[in-house]
Amino acid sequence: MIVAERLSWVLKLRRGHKLNMEVFFQQFSNGLAIGGIYALIALGYTMVYGVLRLINFAHGDLFTSGAFLGYTFLVSLALGQSAGTVGAILLVVLLVMGVAAFLGYVLERCAYRPLRRSNRLNAVVSAIGASIVIQNSIMLIYGPQVLVFPAGMKPNVIVEIFGLNFPLMRFFLFGASVMLMLGLYFFINRTRLGTAIRAVAIDQDASRLMGIDVSQIISLMFMIGAALGGAAGVMVGVYYGQITFTMGWIYGLKAFTAAIMGGIGNIPGAMLGGMLLGMVESMAAAYISAGWKDAITFLVLIVILICRPTGLLGERVAEKI
Amino acid sequence: MLLRIKNLRVAYGNVEALHGVDIEVREGEIVAILGANGAGKSTTLRAISGLHRPKSGEILFAGQPLHSLPSHEIVMRGVVQAPEGRRVFATLTVGENLEMGAFVCKDKKTVASRLKKVLDLFPRLGERREQLAGTLSGGEQQMLAIGRALMSGPRLLLLDEPSLGLAPIMIKPIFSTIKAINQAGVTVLLVEQSAFVALKVAHRAYVLDVGKVVMSGSGANLLKDPEVQKTYLGGGRK
Repeated sequence: MIVAERLSWVLKLRRGHKLNMEVFFQQFSNGLAIGGIYALIALGYTMVYGVLRLINFAHGDLFTSGAFLGYTFLVSLALGQSAGTVGAILLVVLLVMGVAAFLGYVLERCAYRPLRRSNRLNAVVSAIGASIVIQNSIMLIYGPQVLVFPAGMKPNVIVEIFGLNFPLMRFFLFGASVMLMLGLYFFINRTRLGTAIRAVAIDQDASRLMGIDVSQIISLMFMIGAALGGAAGVMVGVYYGQITFTMGWIYGLKAFTAAIMGGIGNIPGAMLGGMLLGMVESMAAAYISAGWKDAITFLVLIVILICRPTGLLGERVAEKI
Repeated sequence: MLLRIKNLRVAYGNVEALHGVDIEVREGEIVAILGANGAGKSTTLRAISGLHRPKSGEILFAGQPLHSLPSHEIVMRGVVQAPEGRRVFATLTVGENLEMGAFVCKDKKTVASRLKKVLDLFPRLGERREQLAGTLSGGEQQMLAIGRALMSGPRLLLLDEPSLGLAPIMIKPIFSTIKAINQAGVTVLLVEQSAFVALKVAHRAYVLDVGKVVMSGSGANLLKDPEVQKTYLGGGRK
């Protein structure tokens, strides 16, 4: 507390400096929130790639589905007086994760499983097809216009730290994504089923010979990935307050970039890549140019891939997960 | 008859690898399948484990057909394979590898008692339980592959080239372990290129050549057979 007071006192004293510091901390907290969201989406790409060596191009659209489902649950469900509270959003995130997991399961069953033994390229075409189908279904249901969350559907609580004002939402989003990632990490590394997931990522035939139902594990990967992506969709919705049926494209592309930056197939890599991407983007928007933030983000990707072609943590060929 | 393979045909695409193979294994036996590279030995084991669907023919285990079941259900029935090249999960620990071997068994007590048996059989694995499987020596990895297979509590253990790539000094202990496993009540069907060591432990053996059984008999008789000696033991002994 004393440190905090002294810091805010110093900041108040040097007003010019305060502006700089304020920009930095605002962008930093924004970067945490966005980075957590990218990380959650990136996990879906990396987990599916880890077991199938396939980029699930429809993953961005599962994320969009999550955003629209979140909108529906928040706006039309009788959340009544509790609407706009952190509790209501948490409940909606959980609901959406369940529905998104189901969508992920259906997607794998319809678009990928029939092609499991065919040429890899066929699965890619099927993935792109699935992406178009999901995107257009959302458009048919919700319409092509931008959907704006009604005021009061998201908490607008401001917290003061070191004399600076931050929207509580940022910390909530960051906290929620960290919790989900910790949960996933625990599941993968400490449970029997998680060990089976790692085994399947290493050697599918050997896993079959151990009695692991590989198809079931693949379904599970799609379900977990879709649930995390769906949660990220709700988060983007309540953070920015508006969603469109095409939003999955750019978020998907960036999260895919994050997964590659961290090392595709590597779970901690996707988390690191997502956080880094969110931070770079947020800082670039403030200090360089908001219009150029995407260009700068991809420039960072290119530099990282030139220096470390397998990503920051490496595509751990043996431990693809 | 524990395992009966009748007129098994397996094809890779248009190329037929097994042209009607008949093999029988009785409860309690060690049976070896011998033959040169490409004779179809591994293909036979892969078909039993459900990794390849046969084109025609039957695989019956304790009278029940296996050839239409997915691999994990075959393991549940009590047929497990330690594959060629060991195929341990390199970035999982030794303990996790063994845990995966018992994946079909949901009962924790049974898993714990099997683990104890496997670690008694291979004390080295106990010492290295926290180590990543990829850091083990070839012989230790083979022990792990066999131990991992035993964790499912099999009635029939399939071993694909257990001596492959091992230091000569490791081959004997591995085969005496196979004998011990068999004496503990597990039937063993093993595929080997080094015919000499295999015939010494096997009760009976089949010789495969280009996808067909060309010879069969007791291990002792095949060891004495001039044809076998000329074709397989000359190269197998080195």
